[in-house]
Parts: sequence; C-alpha cells; structure tokens
Amino acid sequence: MSTTTATASVSTSTGNSRALRYLLLVAVVVGVISMVRVLTGAHEITSSGSLRAALSATVPILMAALGGLWSERAGVVNIGLEGQMLLGTWGAAFGAYHLGPYQGILLGIAFGALGGLLHALATVTFGVDHIVSGVALNVIALGLTTFLAEAFFTNLNSQFGRGGPRQLTGLQNPDMITIPGISDAAVWLNNTHWFLLGDLGGLVAALTTRISVITVVAFALVVLTAWVLWRTTFGLRLRSCGENPQAAESLGVNVIRHKYAAVVASGAFAGLGGAYLALVSSPGFVVNQTGGRGYIGLAAMIFGNWRPAGVLMGSGLFGYTDSLRLRDPSTVHALLLLLAIGLGALAIMRVRKGQMRAGLIIGAFAALFVLWFALTDSVPREFTSMTPYVLTLLVLAFASQRLRMPKADGQIYRKGSAG
Amino acid sequence: MTQQAQDQSPVGETPLGVEIRGVTKRFPGVIANHDVNISIRPATVHALIGENGAGKSTLMKILYGVQKADEGTIEINGQPVHFGSPSDAIKAGIGMVFQHFMLADNLTVLENVTLGAEKLFGIGDAARREIIRISDAYGFGLDPDVLLEDLGVGARQRVEILKVLYRGARFIILDEPTAVLVPQEVDALFENLRELRASGHTLLFISHKLDEVRAIADDITVMRRGTTVGEADPKTVTKKQLAELMVGSELPSPQTEESTVTDQVMLDMQGITLVDSRGRELLSNINLRIHKGEVLGIAGVEGNGQAELVESIMGMRDASGTITLGGKDIAEWGTRERREAGIGFIPEDRHHHGLLLDAPLWENRILGHQTLPPSSKGGLIDRAGAKADTERIVRDYDVRTPTIFTHARALSGGNQQKLIVGREMSGDPVLLIAAHPTRGVDVGAQAAIWDHIKRARREGLAVLLISADLDELIGLSDRIEVILRGQLVGEFDPQTATPQDLGAAMTGGKDSAA
Amino acid sequence: MNPVALVRKLGQAVLAPAIALAVALLVTSLIIMMSGASVSDFLGVLLQAPSNRNWVNIINQASMLFLAALAASIGFRMNLFNIGVEGQYTLASYAAALVAGMALMPGKFNAVLAIIVAMAVGGIWAGIAGVLKVTRGVSEVISTIMLNAIAITMVGYLMNTYGSQYGQGRRTTPLSSDAMFAGWTPFESRDGALWTLALIAVVAGVVISYLINRTRFGFDLRATGMNEAAAVASGVNVKRMVVISMILSGAIAGLIWMPALFGSAGYYGPPFQRGLGFAGIAVALLGRNRPLGIAFGAALFAWLNEQANPLGLLAGISPSSVQITQGVVVLAVVIAYEVVRRWSAAREQKALRASLDAAAAAAKANQEVSA
Repeated sequence: MSTTTATASVSTSTGNSRALRYLLLVAVVVGVISMVRVLTGAHEITSSGSLRAALSATVPILMAALGGLWSERAGVVNIGLEGQMLLGTWGAAFGAYHLGPYQGILLGIAFGALGGLLHALATVTFGVDHIVSGVALNVIALGLTTFLAEAFFTNLNSQFGRGGPRQLTGLQNPDMITIPGISDAAVWLNNTHWFLLGDLGGLVAALTTRISVITVVAFALVVLTAWVLWRTTFGLRLRSCGENPQAAESLGVNVIRHKYAAVVASGAFAGLGGAYLALVSSPGFVVNQTGGRGYIGLAAMIFGNWRPAGVLMGSGLFGYTDSLRLRDPSTVHALLLLLAIGLGALAIMRVRKGQMRAGLIIGAFAALFVLWFALTDSVPREFTSMTPYVLTLLVLAFASQRLRMPKADGQIYRKGSAG
Repeated sequence: MTQQAQDQSPVGETPLGVEIRGVTKRFPGVIANHDVNISIRPATVHALIGENGAGKSTLMKILYGVQKADEGTIEINGQPVHFGSPSDAIKAGIGMVFQHFMLADNLTVLENVTLGAEKLFGIGDAARREIIRISDAYGFGLDPDVLLEDLGVGARQRVEILKVLYRGARFIILDEPTAVLVPQEVDALFENLRELRASGHTLLFISHKLDEVRAIADDITVMRRGTTVGEADPKTVTKKQLAELMVGSELPSPQTEESTVTDQVMLDMQGITLVDSRGRELLSNINLRIHKGEVLGIAGVEGNGQAELVESIMGMRDASGTITLGGKDIAEWGTRERREAGIGFIPEDRHHHGLLLDAPLWENRILGHQTLPPSSKGGLIDRAGAKADTERIVRDYDVRTPTIFTHARALSGGNQQKLIVGREMSGDPVLLIAAHPTRGVDVGAQAAIWDHIKRARREGLAVLLISADLDELIGLSDRIEVILRGQLVGEFDPQTATPQDLGAAMTGGKDSAA
Repeated sequence: MNPVALVRKLGQAVLAPAIALAVALLVTSLIIMMSGASVSDFLGVLLQAPSNRNWVNIINQASMLFLAALAASIGFRMNLFNIGVEGQYTLASYAAALVAGMALMPGKFNAVLAIIVAMAVGGIWAGIAGVLKVTRGVSEVISTIMLNAIAITMVGYLMNTYGSQYGQGRRTTPLSSDAMFAGWTPFESRDGALWTLALIAVVAGVVISYLINRTRFGFDLRATGMNEAAAVASGVNVKRMVVISMILSGAIAGLIWMPALFGSAGYYGPPFQRGLGFAGIAVALLGRNRPLGIAFGAALFAWLNEQANPLGLLAGISPSSVQITQGVVVLAVVIAYEVVRRWSAAREQKALRASLDAAAAAAKANQEVSA
C-alpha cells in the first residue's frame, strides 16, 4: 500500500501553491496602494519618511506580538504583555542612565522577563485564570514603574539624562545604521514618485537609513522564532504544550518547564519592545508610555494566525496605522479611498461565495468610505489616532474564520491529568 | 508483504514474552487488582477481556509504568522488571496505544510521532524516512507531513501504533482499540496486527467485544472484579462460555413482562438528516417512532451517529426533516422549549452536559428545569422547592451524599448518575432520552436505574435508550434499532434477537464464527 | 447549613483576602525599602486614622468603585472579561452630562433622565463587544480594550469640537443648581458631603444580587459561566446570554460616575475621574465577583487611595506605591483562593470517601452478624 509517496507529493504541491497565492496577494495589494497614491497625489503614503515612522511604530508592536506568540504557542494567554513592556521601559531607562544604552537594553529585557516569570508562576504553578493574572500584572506593573520612576528618576541630571518624577529624557541611544550608497539611491527613487518603483524606493530607504540596532535584532528575532519553534526539539515540545499538553506529558515532555520558558521568553520580548520605546522611538522614558501596544501586539498575533511571518505582516500593518497619528491629515484622507477599495474587494469576494448578506453589509461600508473620501478633504486628528484600534476590531471581526489558535490555549493545565 | 515485513523485523532481537504473577494494587477504598496472573507467549496476540471495572485499566497502567504494583512480579523473557515511569517501560520495549488518543490535531504526523523521542531520529528527514519505512512495512499508508486533524479515526489509531513502533516497542498494549472503529477499520486494524505478530511483536489486546477477540486472539485471559478468573482457547471456546466467565453467572435473559406499549405515538422523526461543516452526512434520512409506554433501544458502535441523533432531538443541533412530539411540530423549537414540553435528557457525558460540578446538589437539581416547578416560580428560582425536591430525589434514588449542599464534584460517578436520573425523571416527562444511562455505575445502582425506567414505562413514558451494553438493551427495550454510519439499518425484537445478530448488524453484517 | 459549617465557610472566605492583604503590604514595603524610603513612614501614613473629611471621601469613592466592580463582575460570572468598563463609563458619563446640561426636565428629574441615558449608552457600547463575540467569535478581552481606546478618543474629539471653553480645558453645559443633589453632610460642612446618588450603589448591588441569585435569568447566567456545555444542554441560549450579560454589564458601568456628576462636578470636563473602570475590575477580582466581597474590596481600595494621598507630602513616597499594593492584593487573593479551593476540595473528597467506607464497613459487619 504505497499511497505515501502519492500523498507526499500532493501535500508539497499544495504548500507551494499556497506560498504562490500569498505572493500574488501581496503583489496585488502593493499595486493597488501604489495606484491610489499616484491617483490622489498623496505621495506621503509611501514616502521614506512615512515608512521610517511606520517602521519605528512597528517594532514595539512586533515585539509584543512575538512575545504573545511564544506564550500562546505553549498554551498560556499573556494579557500582561502591556505590563511587561512597561517594566521594560523603566529597566531600559534605568540601565541606560547608569550603565549605557546596551546595558539598558539588557536590563529592559530582564525586567520584562521578570514580569513574565510572575505570570508563569500564577498561571502554571497556581492555576490562576490567565486573563485574571494578566490584568493584575498590568495593574502591578503600572504602579511599580510609576513608583520606581518617582523614587529613582526625580533627581537625576547629568550628561546621561535629565530626570523628573515622571520621566527620564536625554538618554543615550543605541547605535543607528545607515547603508550609504543604497540609502541615497532609494531616497532618490522614492522622490521620483513613479508607480511601484517609487514605493519600493521608499521601503528600501526606510530599511537602510538610520535604522536602530534594536530594529535589526527585532527582525532577526522573527527569523529566530520561526527556526526555534518549528525546527528544533525544544520548539516542537513547546508547541505540543499548547496543542495537547496531556499528550505531551504522556510522551515524557516536561510541560511545566516548557510553559515557564515560553512565558518568561514572552516577557523578555515585551521588555525588549519597552526598551525600544524608551531608548529609540521616544525622547526617553515617560510614565505609562506603552499606550496599549501590548494589546495591539496581541491583535497582530491573532491576525498573523500565530505564525511568525503572519505576525510580522500584522505588526507592520498596525505599526503603519499607529504612525498615522503623526502624519499629515491629507495623507490619511487618501487612505480612506484605499480602505474603500479594500472593503469593496472583500464585499465582492463574499458575494461570490454566496454570502449575500455579509457582502452587502461590507459593500455598504465601502460605499460610506467612498462618500467620506469624496465629501471631505481631511480627517480629524483624533480619528487618525483611533485607527489602530478600529483596525484591530475590523481585522478580528472579519478575519476570524481562517484562524487556527493553538488548541489548548488558555487551558489551566494540571500535571497528571493524562491517561 | 510478509516476507518484506520479516526482513524489517528487529534483527537479532527475540520476541518478548511477559509473565505477570500475583499482581495486586490497592487504592483508597477499593482494591483494583488482586492476584492477577497472566502468561503472554512471545509473538502472539493475547486478549484480555472483562467488563468495565474489572481491573483491566489498572493492570495496563502498571504494565506501562504509570502505576506501581503493591505486590507481585512482572517478568519479561524471564527477567524481573520494575518500572518507575513510562520511560522505563519504553526502554524495556513496551509500548501502549491508549483508548483516548494522545494526539495534537494541529501538528503533523511527523511531529506527533517524534514528540518526546526526538533523540532517536531527530525531527527532520531522517525521522521522515523512518516513519515511511515503518508505515510501508506494515501497510499503514501514513504521510508524515499530513496534519492530524485531516486524518480519520482509523488513521489516527495507526499513528498511535506507529508512535510505539517508532520507539522500538516489541510488546504493544492496545486498550479497547476497536471502541471507535467502524467495521472496515476494524478489519484493517486486524490486518495490521497480524503483520506485527508475523514480524515478531507481541500484542496485548484489551477489549470487551467477544466477537473480535475470537477473530484475532491466540490466547484469551478473562478478568473479573480485579482478578484473573480463567483462560480460554479462542479456537474452541464459545461466546456464551466467555460471557459467563466475564459476568460470573448465567447471562440475564430478557424478562418477559407484559407489554406496556400503547399505540399513541409520542416522538415521530421523519427524514432527519444532519450534515457537518464539511458536507459529510452525520445522520441520513432517519425515520423513527416511539410510542407511549415504549422503550426504543438504539444499538451501535460508538461514533455512528448516536450523539448526533440525541442532540438533534434535544434541539442542540439543526437537522433537516420533520420531528413531532405528542403530535406537535417541534422542529423550530429550541432546547428550552423542548425540555419544557417534557423531554428529559440523561446525557452520555454527565460531567460535560449534565452537571455543574462546583455547585451544590440542589442547584444541580435545577439544571435543565430552571423554568419549571418545583425549581421555579414565576421568573424566580424557588429555592425551598428545589431543596425539598432534591431531598426527595436523594431518598428515592438512593444518592449517597452527606447533604444536598455537597458539591456535585465530590460524589462518585454512580451517585452523580443517580441524581441525574432522578432529576430527569421528575416532573412527569413524556419522553426520556437516556444515553448510556448506567455507564460507570455499579451493579446495584444499575439495577435500580433499570427499575425506575421500567416503572416509568408502565406509567406511559416513552424512552429512547442508547447503549453500548447489549444486555441493557435487550433487557429494557421493547424494540431495538441498529444505527450504523448515521442510518438505521435494522429493527430487532429483543425477545428473539441474539447478541450475534445485533453484533452483525452493528458491524455491517459481517458473519462471525460460531 | 449548620452553624459550624457556616462559620468555617465565612472563615475560608475571609482568610484568603486577609492573607492577600498582608502579603501585598509586605511586598510593597519591601519595594519601598529597596527604593531607600522609610517603611515605617509609609505604614505610618497609611495606617493613621482617617479624618472626617477622609471618611466622606472614602465612602463617596467606594460607591463608585463598587459600581465599577459590580459591572465587571456581571461579565466575570459568565466567564466574560469586560475590560471595557473604563470606556463604557467614560462615554456614558459624557452622554449623561450632555443631556443633563440640556435641562430637558425640571430640576432633579434630570438625574433620572441622565441615569437612563448613561445606562443605555454604557449598555450599547458593551453590547457591541458582545455582538462581535457571538457573531464573529472575537475575543471580548481584546475588543473591549479596543473599544475603550475608541470611546476615550471619541469623547476627546467631541469635547474639543463641541465642548465649551472653560479655563484651560473644555466642558459640557453645566447643570443648573436645582438639578444637583445637595447630599448629606454628617460632619462639618468643610468636611464635605456624602453624595446622595452614592445610594445607587446600594440599590444596584441589591438588585443585581437578587437578579443573579434568585431569578431564572441569573441561574442561566451562572450555569453558563460554570459549564457552558451543560448550560446548552439545559436549554440556555448561550449567544443571547452573552449579549444580554454584556449589555447589563455596560449599563451598570454607565452608572459609575453618576454620584459625582450630580453630587459635586455638575458637568463633564476636567473634574471627570478616570481610571475607575480598571480599578473596578481589580476590585471585582478581589471580591470574587460577589456583591458582599466587592463591597469590602471597594471600601479597601477607597481607603488605600485616600490614605495614600498625603504620602508624597508626609513621607516623600509616591502615592502610586499604593497601586502596587492593589495589584498585588488582586494577584495574591486569586492565588490564595485557588490554594484554599484545592485544599478544601481534597478534604471534602477525603471526608466523603471516609464516610462511605465507614458505611460500607458497617454494612459488612451487619451482614456478617446476620449471616
């Protein structure tokens, strides 16, 4: 009975065709964006400045999302990412002032990891509900960082930074990298505003001009995550804890240890995101500066279907919308048209699948956005700051069907529940 | 194929024979095994049969290192062995295929097989090759890179078997392997088992299905009440002899009571069809009628549509077709309305569907009946009424509990079930759906529950009885229908039907020897 | 229930929070010590007797915290995590202040209208999350958090666009003085007045408690929270329950700031007190979602907050240290409850088995005697 070879070839060919379809989708999306840019003349949509700001906003969200992925792949929901990121901001600021920017990064990671350890203790050892533990942790982290800021930053004043009861600015930043030749060429290409090439130029410019060391590390961590979780023994065992911990236990996997490792790593990632916030993307540490990025990171993780590549895309999307707050209102205005087109396409897809009611509702929204675009020429600033949150809701509402959450995610695990 | 398999057999490794002598194991309040003696010859299929609660599971757990015996010895090829954990057992060449699969749906076959044994062949191409080798050697037909959730039950079981073979098992314990298989899958499994035996593996096959046991086993050992009570030669023993060894006495013959079946139809289902999200038909064109005062028994191997049938009647699933209760069309009614109309429901999985484990008994009395007296008055919960009625149920149905404020979790399974039976039979239901009503219940409670059902039947209750216990079906039913792959495939009169006839219909009409 | 068991049950109920509070104070003291400040100063300020004015503030604050926690607890009993209380009450307070400022009704009847508006707005906003959950399977944890941010931003926009300038900030049209409630001044007038509408907390507590424990709806709600599959089998329409529970939770959330609006603020603007939503969630967890526990928790948190105010001035310690205490208390109490639950469940089972074994032995002895 050698159906094995036949089925094997079928599965790889579906894998290939799936990757191909992904690429095609990305190409179409990029093409549409470029077209809207050329038509509306809002070249800021993909200018190198915009994309740099988007990249800067992406990194903390990406770190939170990766952290969430590590934790949930092992079956633990980590709502406390927000708090762990906060701890990271304080730790990084403290370390950067007293020791140096790179020590600051390490200390930020350590503080975040500590928060993760507390969450692991509560959920894995004591069987506390994951959401409850995360919410409590966020309260503790906010109180702790606020208190520690006032206790340790108030009287600081030197060439390493200027402190106050609620902030610590003027810190030394980690290095930035610029690739001279490519960067200049890309900026030039971007300024030509050509269809597709101009956008490409903007993207390359953003990636090669004054890009922080942490950003490079962040992208490397995405690749590392994919490799560790899918190509190593440790990663397989970790994922099994999130899929069927009883089965893993029956095969000799130490479920508790892997869950701990995953949640501590999760906190460490969030801490790194916090370090980035304090040392790179903001003028310095400010109390409560995470602004919900921990939660947006979780949304990016869900959007990315708990896979590193998807998480990267989701974080990029949310990062871009987060950076819109700082953009010219007319740029945002042009994006209304883009949104309308996207919704229109979605509506058509639903109608073709026979889901008339869903298609009509989405189509109505598309029409509304077209009207909004036509009747106004700018979007109020408050609305742009709402975009990441609204987008999160929309994405979660419409993309939930193809999602595959780790099967035992959120379950309270008790040792010995096997067999 | 056999020649190839023999070439693949562990080179130079002798088949394992296992001697179990005097094994005893006690738990607080119960003696699970005492003085168990079994001789398993190398390279044979040895069947261990016994009813639920006979002590088979505990013995298996001891063999696999999950539990330690209090007394007795286990020898493998003459050498005594002591297992502190499953890893010790695995090292000694023992593998176990659990009844409830330990598989992760979102992982591939490769990932499921290599989990925990990554050191053997890694998790890449070498492992892939080994899996394909084993799969081809025994005809499993498994692709390492397929996701588990895309596999059917038979294939999943083969993955479980491949898991143990991958780890070098030469003595394989299979716990109720055919419980969830349809007939073709049972045949395929037995083919695989024969291949394994031919290549030198020793198999311990645990079951309570006598037909299958006689078809595949080389030796049979019978357990009852925690100890081994006899051996049998499958070639010569009859089913009746085996059954008597298992039960310990003469089989209960169906009591001939006066029929209480009336001609008033209570439940009428016509053309009921249920399709799942993938388009597979879980129920196909079911036509069913139950009269007042009638018990209709549904026989079938687990997983052939019984649960779906029950959920369709309860309104928990949306099936197409017509369904009337006492003449009224209830197809559009929700679960609550159907319950209020007088449908009682004893669920198959009491923890999942029948109880609030962390609530007191009197609140569990209300569950399912929260809109009916005595639990409710107006829009409010009648606490006094519910408590008083719970006392009554505890008395009448002999529920062993300190008080009605005890949490349901603290009660034993049998007492939980008695409470549920008492609850569902209160309030004068017109239709009772009883899914495996005496599963996990001790013999005394079982007889009591049967008596309650018979009494209610005399008073005009219509009952849909679903059970895997043929004795229960034959003893209680006025009529038996067999369900197979979502269809009703045959009607039987319990007075004249034999377990063989029923078994044949349940498994697709295959003839069983003698 | 017999008195011994009742005392034991009360003891178990009080034990966990008491231990948790002790642990939380210990942890906070450790952190304060590590930061170089004086622990005795900290505890001294915290544990000093509250003045009359303090008491008035504590009671007023506790009423709002109680409402916030009550709102969250309705969701929690259903295993729904309504983290959106903050956004719900922000939006509701704005809407209520707007309507009250329009003086559509004579005098104090504006309060009735405003309360209705507040409950409706809060309920609808929470209902969005409920509908998203049952129709699209969106986790209410994330959707309510997102709705929080959207609500707060939206109110900011509306205030900036339509609010009237008032000093540095903006505000809605103030209520006329006859629409306000004078409250009750138990001590000197400088000690402040207890808000009349603080009584809403009591009323809401009683009503919700009755609803959850004595009605069929409440039974369905609790059953769904305990075991959704069993609830479905018992006839509960879970989807409907989810939406209704979220709406109810949001409606109660809408009430949170009403006592302050009609007792002291008089308009929505700078005096609006933020953060009550999140504090309420913590109090709900602390009180294990039971009205009595929530009442104690609200009082505790209000007391901690009030006592912490002079920490900066008197001891040079940031008042946010008390937030650490509050967070740790919640975590510690949840852990403590889990530990206590496992311990008492194990005891109950052992006792049960012992009594059954004894009964079996007695029966056997009887048999042997009679045999």
